[in-house]
Amino acid sequence: MDYTFQSIRQFIVFKLDEQLYGIDIQNVQIIERIKTIMRVPKAPMCVKGVMNLRGEIIPVISLREQFELLTSEYTDKTRIIIVKLDEAMVGIIVDEVKEVIELDEEQIEAVQNIQGKIKTNHIMGVGKVDANIITLLNLTNIIEEAFETNSR
Amino acid sequence: MDVSQYLQIFIEESKDNLQRLNENLLKLESYPDDTHTLNEIFRVAHTLKGMAGTMGFARMQKLTHNAENVLSEIRSGKLKVSASMLDTLFQCLDALENYVEEIINTSSEGSEDYAALIHELEQIASMQDTSTPSPQSSAVSLDNAKETVSSGPGEESGDLMELPESQALIKNKAISMGMSVFQVEIKLSSNCVLKSARAFVIFTELERLGEIVHCVPSAQDIEDERFEDTFVLVFITKEPKQKLQEIILGVSEVESVVIKAFKSGEFVEEAALVDKQEDAQNGGSQDNTNAQNGKQVSSKTVRVNIDRLDTLMNLVSELIIVKTQLEGLNVSAENSAGNYNDSVEYLERVTTSLHDAVMKVRMVPVELVFNRFPRMIRDVSRKINKEIELIMSGEETELDRTVIDEIGDPLIHLLRNAADHGLETTEERIHIGKPKKGTIKLQAYQDGNSVVIEVQDDGRGIDVNKIKNKALQKGTITKEEAVNMTEQEIIELLFKPSFSTASEITDLSGRGVGLDVVKSKITALGGHVEVQTEMGKGSKFIVRLPLTLAIIQALMINIGNEKYAIPLSNIQNIEDVKKEDIQLVQKQEVIVIRNEIIPIIRLHNILGLPQEEDKDLMMGVIVKKGERQVGFIIDSLIGQQEIVIKSLGKYLSGIDIIAGATILGNGEVALILDINSLI
Repeated sequence: MDYTFQSIRQFIVFKLDEQLYGIDIQNVQIIERIKTIMRVPKAPMCVKGVMNLRGEIIPVISLREQFELLTSEYTDKTRIIIVKLDEAMVGIIVDEVKEVIELDEEQIEAVQNIQGKIKTNHIMGVGKVDANIITLLNLTNIIEEAFETNSR
Repeated sequence: MDVSQYLQIFIEESKDNLQRLNENLLKLESYPDDTHTLNEIFRVAHTLKGMAGTMGFARMQKLTHNAENVLSEIRSGKLKVSASMLDTLFQCLDALENYVEEIINTSSEGSEDYAALIHELEQIASMQDTSTPSPQSSAVSLDNAKETVSSGPGEESGDLMELPESQALIKNKAISMGMSVFQVEIKLSSNCVLKSARAFVIFTELERLGEIVHCVPSAQDIEDERFEDTFVLVFITKEPKQKLQEIILGVSEVESVVIKAFKSGEFVEEAALVDKQEDAQNGGSQDNTNAQNGKQVSSKTVRVNIDRLDTLMNLVSELIIVKTQLEGLNVSAENSAGNYNDSVEYLERVTTSLHDAVMKVRMVPVELVFNRFPRMIRDVSRKINKEIELIMSGEETELDRTVIDEIGDPLIHLLRNAADHGLETTEERIHIGKPKKGTIKLQAYQDGNSVVIEVQDDGRGIDVNKIKNKALQKGTITKEEAVNMTEQEIIELLFKPSFSTASEITDLSGRGVGLDVVKSKITALGGHVEVQTEMGKGSKFIVRLPLTLAIIQALMINIGNEKYAIPLSNIQNIEDVKKEDIQLVQKQEVIVIRNEIIPIIRLHNILGLPQEEDKDLMMGVIVKKGERQVGFIIDSLIGQQEIVIKSLGKYLSGIDIIAGATILGNGEVALILDINSLI
């Protein structure tokens, strides 16, 4: 993927339980308001179900569940970010979508230096914009793990 | 200019050509003296070579070239078709297929040279050269044989083009410097698909010898393929006309070239017209359809009959008419109730027809799969030393494209099984008085809403006792079970994983992975397999497949507050189930309906929904799989509906109780239950 050679990268910033996260805009297809999600029996815990996006059936996962945060009610700020990885689309439920930011490669810090609840392989790095610290997520790992975990 | 955009067309065409080669080589094997077949092979090989060359696949071109040499020897009558030669040619085909495969996967032909094969081809081709006195005649190649040279004026004596001022200046200057300026009119063959690629090749070839100063249509138009089949160049060079002609005709699919020389302002009419009738009658219609949809870059394409597209087009225009009608109604809302109903009814009719038409577009003949079998059976029969005749019928039977893609492997398996296990060895056959040649029949036909494919052999049949013993030996069944099993049940054992009765492991079968794979694949497609067999007479594998996978009739049900769909084909009937009628047999809930004991499955449990208190009267959907019946307890019925099956995608494909999802009228998603895995 050639965009990795550019020094400026764009990220969609969203909020999850008071913390800010960023995902690479290259993976993002569209951001949707919350809509009816059909539960899928025997699906992994953090898979909320499937939704219809213009005739396509897309699995939806909840990052709250995956990051082992408390579940919360959907609000009118809740959004589903539809990402596309390896030709497959997945919806990610987040509390609120904030903005799009640009980060220089130099502004992205490696992960070794941070501690926290989140697993290291979920994180690609940490970006700093003004006073905010944004955790940049490694979507591939997160999504793969989401579908691997045991069924409920 | 980049030729990569033609890769898809090249792949499609090459596959076609390879298939045609395959068929014709097989024909040649049976009728070695058929010159028509030989010519056809030659023509196809030549096209293939040309196309590979155009796309820059030098290794592929070289191999084809060598094969062509051998073919030309046969054609000139200096070589006789022999079995070993055909083997080599078949190997060559395989190699070419490998190239194409490699190109599909990596867009490059790879680095395999097949040097040994080329050497072999060279040897075959040269074999005759030493023994016949005139090695010259090996040059009786396609080009010579097919070109008719009619030089001189008369034909195509059109005027030279008017050059724009600047080009005219260059031209005059060039002529004054003693160079020749030619007007070159090139006509590509009418069924040439890669027109601009051909033009590109001609351009590069010519530019090595001189300079192209002008062309009509413009270079950009040629590159974008905005020209019929003729284009004209003005070319400055020191080379003689003859050489230009040779070079241009060396590019395949060039039909004719007219070269005229400019001479200081005027032109001298020393035109030469050369015709190449190559590919003239080479399946024109087929190539045309390819040109229609060849531009697609996706790897899966369906060739569509133009009539079917027309029908679709008509239906869409009908839809637009209905839409306009409905729009009109909105304005004058008073007396429009009747009109409104009319329109809706009409809309319904149109959508139904549209559905049918779209489904038809997805249908392709099973021929697409069948046509590789004759070759396979030939190879198999040589390998295992049995004489086998493959009789195919019903190739025109149509199946959904998705089914076609998947059905190839199971059928290969069944055919190999028939050849290897089914048929006796030639000696055995002679000994028991059967015809020496074993017969395998491959038959396809439509039966109601499904397509049936039968693989039948006239071999020894399935030895039920042998299977029984083997199953006992392997511990698949117990002795008691063995006694009570019906013949059909024993035969069913064949489809169990790791069960093979072949006493010897051969290259073809007997590795323990076999019929179970066939069965699971066919079940996955929504079909099933049956076996009929008679000792000493042969056996018949009957594969039944649904016509299409995309749209099915389904029963929509409510469970809890969720909606699910059950394919109607699985449903036997719907019954009221009284609470007191449910009994327990060995901890399994059952009900008795019309003297049949039917086990009950509570869908709530399986689907992970809270179980509600049993009502006095519940609703049961009785589903059937083979001979087994099971009753599902559901909350309520919504009704019968036609649904479009959509996949849950790769991430959720592991959930076996769900066959897919569908989108309801209100945009919500309902899941489709996979009855086969629920029972």
